[in-house]
Amino acid sequence: VSAGRHPVSAGSLIALPPVFWLGIFFVVPFLFVLMISLATPQIGRPPYVLGFSLDSYVAIFGDAKYLDALLNSLRLAALTTLLTLILGFPMAYVMARAAPGPRAVMLLLVFIPFWTASLLRIYAWMALLQEGGIVNRVLIMLGVIDQPLTLLYTTGSILVGMVYAYLPFMVLPLFAVLSRLDWRLLDAASDLGARPPVAFFRITLPLAAPGILAGSLLVFVPALGEFVVPELLGGQSGLMIGKLIWYEFFNSNDWPRAAALSVSFVVVILSLPLLGRLKGRRPEAGA
Amino acid sequence: MNRRYAWPAIVITCVGFTFLYVPLFTLVAYSFNESQRVTMWTRFSTRWYTALADSQELIDATLMSVKIATLSATLAAIVGTAAAIALARYKRFRSRGLLTLAVTVPLATPEVLIGFSLLLLFVGLGIERGVLTVVIAHTTLGIAYVTVVVQARLASFDRSLEEAAADLGGRPLAVFRLVTLPLLMPGLVAGWLLTFVLSLDDLVLANFVNGPGTSTLPMIVFGRVRTGLSPEVNALAAIFITFVTVTLAVVLLLERSNTAHAAAQD
Repeated sequence: VSAGRHPVSAGSLIALPPVFWLGIFFVVPFLFVLMISLATPQIGRPPYVLGFSLDSYVAIFGDAKYLDALLNSLRLAALTTLLTLILGFPMAYVMARAAPGPRAVMLLLVFIPFWTASLLRIYAWMALLQEGGIVNRVLIMLGVIDQPLTLLYTTGSILVGMVYAYLPFMVLPLFAVLSRLDWRLLDAASDLGARPPVAFFRITLPLAAPGILAGSLLVFVPALGEFVVPELLGGQSGLMIGKLIWYEFFNSNDWPRAAALSVSFVVVILSLPLLGRLKGRRPEAGA
Repeated sequence: MNRRYAWPAIVITCVGFTFLYVPLFTLVAYSFNESQRVTMWTRFSTRWYTALADSQELIDATLMSVKIATLSATLAAIVGTAAAIALARYKRFRSRGLLTLAVTVPLATPEVLIGFSLLLLFVGLGIERGVLTVVIAHTTLGIAYVTVVVQARLASFDRSLEEAAADLGGRPLAVFRLVTLPLLMPGLVAGWLLTFVLSLDDLVLANFVNGPGTSTLPMIVFGRVRTGLSPEVNALAAIFITFVTVTLAVVLLLERSNTAHAAAQD
């Protein structure tokens, strides 16, 4: 095969444009963030003087607001991941086991919200959760409550918005894995006497693990830095890290502090798998 | 599998789809509401669609967004396809590990970080912000999506057709143009559309790297929505949802007729 004769050089050649592009526009920008996190803010253009100052980091670690926002983001992102998984796994499972016709319809039904602007989908919840909104009116009509509840601009409304925004990102990778699963394994397990719940936990779940991992990654990390949902549905209560970076930059015009916050955020993201590994190893280390 | 144990999954699936669709339906329903208040139904009216058509600001922003989305999707399709071919067809090359990381990490990076870091790059290098910088930002994100979709497509068909073409004397470029490209076209189209929609949808990146006079549609919508509810946005959403639904239905139908056609040929 002619293309296979020089696999090394041909591959490198084709990889050159994407490596070049992503290097310049994805990797190098983070070096700029690092550099400007060590700069000093000034009034002017650009609003910083380059140098080596740790003031921005000191300011971040000295103000509990930032740690609170980080912990709040971690909590909300974890809850979002868990809830999208609880809702999304059965959806992907039913889709994967459905006949081709219903499966195509359900796939379309997941794709439509996935492709609809998330800004518009989050906006929809503003109307639903308002004091005079549909959720309150339905609850009053059903007699569950007699005074409208404050639903909007709470932690709950942020969570609803996040689960709503990210659900398709969980369902699609799960479906991709489950639709390729060999269901005869389950038949075999059942023939050998495994009850369906046992077969589910011993066979389906482990085989679906790559999909669960991919979906969780696609939900958890972007959810950590989410800006639109806490901004539109969170009001004053939605203190999240993405929103703080945005505010430091656009409202306070403190670029070095926004940069230092971004660097700290990246460090947290990168250390997450490490923390998970340490936690997993602890029993072994103790034994 | 025992059907007795399938019902909880079916119940949750129904709840999930209801959860996904109630907001979309109310969005569309209230776009036809006469009242300025988005929560109270008064009577049927198309006044918000008229208002939408009369808003020069929204029309300009839509045209700007479509322009940026078209450019970004096309660039991302080209660069992303190169990445997908390199990853799917060449098992060993020096930058492979780097490339694998570079096309997956952006998918799971918070948009605020990508937008902010790109802005600092542009300011640091003295690049004037405008249409081009927004296109660069959207292309960077789009490349990752195109690579995933095209790579999946490349992995799904075997190489015997390409090998046969090469054995019959086809030069590598001719083999690519006549055999590989048509085969990966559905993936390419899907990746292009995905980047297009991503670009149309993006608020965060655009807000960081835009320049004067490059307000995109999400930026205008965000500005209106931030201060409260606006029925014009409902009308816009209804048009958007209709557009997405029709496009997806056509794509899915085409794909089905394609597979049916392929099956008939076997």
